[in-house]
Amino acid sequence: MALKHEILEKNVVLLAICTLITVAIGGLVQIVPLFVQEQTIERVEGVRPYSPLELAGRNIYIREGCYNCHSQMVRPFRDEIERYGHYSLAAESMYDHPFQWGSKRTGPDLARVGGKYSDDWHVAHMINPRAVVPESIMPGYAFLATRELKFDDVADHLRTLRLIGVPYTQAMIDNARADLVAQQNPDADTDALAKRYPKAVVSAFAGDPAKVTEMDALVAYLQMLGTLVDFKSVRPEQLRQ
Amino acid sequence: MAATAATMDGAFRAQAHATPAYNDDVVKAACIATAFWGCVGFLVGVVIASQLAWPVMNLGLEWTSFGRLRPLHTSAVIFAFGGNAMLAASFYIVQRTCRTGLFMGSAGAWFVFWGYQLFIVMAALGYVLGITSGKEYAEPEWFVDLWLTIVWVVYLVVYAGTLMKREEPHIYVANWFILAFIITVAMLHIGNNIQVPVSLFGWKSYTVPAGVQDAMIQWWYGHNAVGFFLTAGFLGMMYYFIPKAAGRPVYSYRLSIVHFWALVFLYIWAGPHHLHYTALPDWAQTLGMTFSIMLWMPSWGGMINGLMTLAGAWDKLRTDASLRFSVTAVAFYGMSTFEGPMMSIKAVNALSHYTDWTIGHVHSGAMGWVGFVSFGMLYYLVPKLWGRAGLYSAKLVAWHFWISTLGIVLYITAMWVSGIMQGLMWRAYDEYGFLQYAFVETVAAMHPFYVIRTLGGLLYLVGALIMVVNLVKTVTSGEPERAVAPAAAAA
Repeated sequence: MALKHEILEKNVVLLAICTLITVAIGGLVQIVPLFVQEQTIERVEGVRPYSPLELAGRNIYIREGCYNCHSQMVRPFRDEIERYGHYSLAAESMYDHPFQWGSKRTGPDLARVGGKYSDDWHVAHMINPRAVVPESIMPGYAFLATRELKFDDVADHLRTLRLIGVPYTQAMIDNARADLVAQQNPDADTDALAKRYPKAVVSAFAGDPAKVTEMDALVAYLQMLGTLVDFKSVRPEQLRQ
Repeated sequence: MAATAATMDGAFRAQAHATPAYNDDVVKAACIATAFWGCVGFLVGVVIASQLAWPVMNLGLEWTSFGRLRPLHTSAVIFAFGGNAMLAASFYIVQRTCRTGLFMGSAGAWFVFWGYQLFIVMAALGYVLGITSGKEYAEPEWFVDLWLTIVWVVYLVVYAGTLMKREEPHIYVANWFILAFIITVAMLHIGNNIQVPVSLFGWKSYTVPAGVQDAMIQWWYGHNAVGFFLTAGFLGMMYYFIPKAAGRPVYSYRLSIVHFWALVFLYIWAGPHHLHYTALPDWAQTLGMTFSIMLWMPSWGGMINGLMTLAGAWDKLRTDASLRFSVTAVAFYGMSTFEGPMMSIKAVNALSHYTDWTIGHVHSGAMGWVGFVSFGMLYYLVPKLWGRAGLYSAKLVAWHFWISTLGIVLYITAMWVSGIMQGLMWRAYDEYGFLQYAFVETVAAMHPFYVIRTLGGLLYLVGALIMVVNLVKTVTSGEPERAVAPAAAAA
């Protein structure tokens, strides 16, 4: 064997090519089927693209590195299901570019945090976590409450996501700015928004509908997490992977 | 035994006389950068460790919150410290083992060096300012990724070009590992960073794959950042510096062939063990677990080859600073490559995943293996490159060694205890069948271990600073080497 290996030890190009082939195999076998096998993603109903305000909130979640301490992936264990809710489905993150499953729970899982706490709780918690949870070690994010959200280009974000496979319609893109503003104003006419984004929570998240802050966007995102699939109507065969 | 060593020494010297001019300035620069970024990375690590123990350390500023600084720490240690150590090692080793200067002379290597520093600075500034693509260990945004791709391609050209113009008939084993590191990191970097920018003039982009596919690609990348950036490359380092410092040939040539091909083939499959019990389909999880367990064998093949190279030269551990660090590094490598496969078993992972146990595991690898083998290289290279007879102080080396080792032990034992404790608390039920602990009770329970971890990290940082003092003193006030300088500098 050592003799034959000599051929590789004397030819850089051959050594490089053999190495590349060797390291490529594992990834190809594990990644390619996930794109071609239909049953990779469960066939459940309700999952929709993020509303413009939720998307902006998700981008703040990513910007602040929340994924460093919070997972969004409930595993199918008794204690996790009791603590967080139904185990997470692949379908629930099918429009997540990038995914935010996380790898560490310094803080609790957030996959199903939507609707568990009030908007006011979230705002107070974000401004000073220890004001509501004395033992918390989370950093405070008070600046989110005062900083106005930049959303001039929100339609471009939707357009970019449509390019890579998120089913945003032309109406969604055309109305992106209006939908964003409307979702944080309880007095606005939100029928069209609700039709485009079923189950979207409309609320004056951080309290002041006249001003769209980064806090509004982040809380809107947190309040929808894990709420889209109605698990009471899901049949077991829909969950098979 | 002594006779063999003497003949080998003679052989090395004979070689050295025949060698052309080496491009060592860039190796010197990479050594300085390794020490600098190492201290930066360790310091940020101590800061974020203290933030978990005392949240006031977040300072209430958006730029200094844990979420933004943690990527700064991981990237500074893996890519800035580890990356510069690999630049120094690869440029030094490839010239010696090929008995030729670098392909494209110094210009190509300097482009790689400064291009890489620019990448580090752009990535680091981005994290602090909130410019991130939100994928662990691949946080730099699209324009930084593009720049790194250019730098990396030039790196491959310089490295492979040097191998091509070698004066030696064989490509030495260290170079197989380093070549595999460069090629595979290129593949992973490109594969995991396929993004579409929202605008060509803005930093924000969206990754093309989503959800479960993105998760699989991310951990294919993430685990092999460990496997190829922090393992294959550093095994290349081990395969040169341990035999050199020990004055012994590599223990088994056959073992190096077998474990090289096994390692590069098996490592790539291990990614899904980061996704056990998630929404990733079961078949992929099972493949990931199976290959992770198999990976134990080639990993220990490398450890055995490294340690057994010292057969007959164990006494040098007492006197040789470089060997003491690199051999301890190999021992840590052996430990964490046993721990890793064990944690990849689904039943174990069910407990360990999402907890500090994973963090402890990573740090026994990063501090013990990557850190120590790099310190060993610096202690070997700095006197040689700057033409000094030896290190400034052997006593400071001993202080560095013991302080840092103590730091690692404190760190990893604290994380074992806190990780296993938290995992058990999460799944604990009381006698009535209710969950026994609220989540926040597990957070409170971890406080003492976070304090111990901070202390461990601080000790490790102090050790590194002692090394910096020692190396600076070696360069500025060390005794110059005697007249045979060209031969010694080359060897």
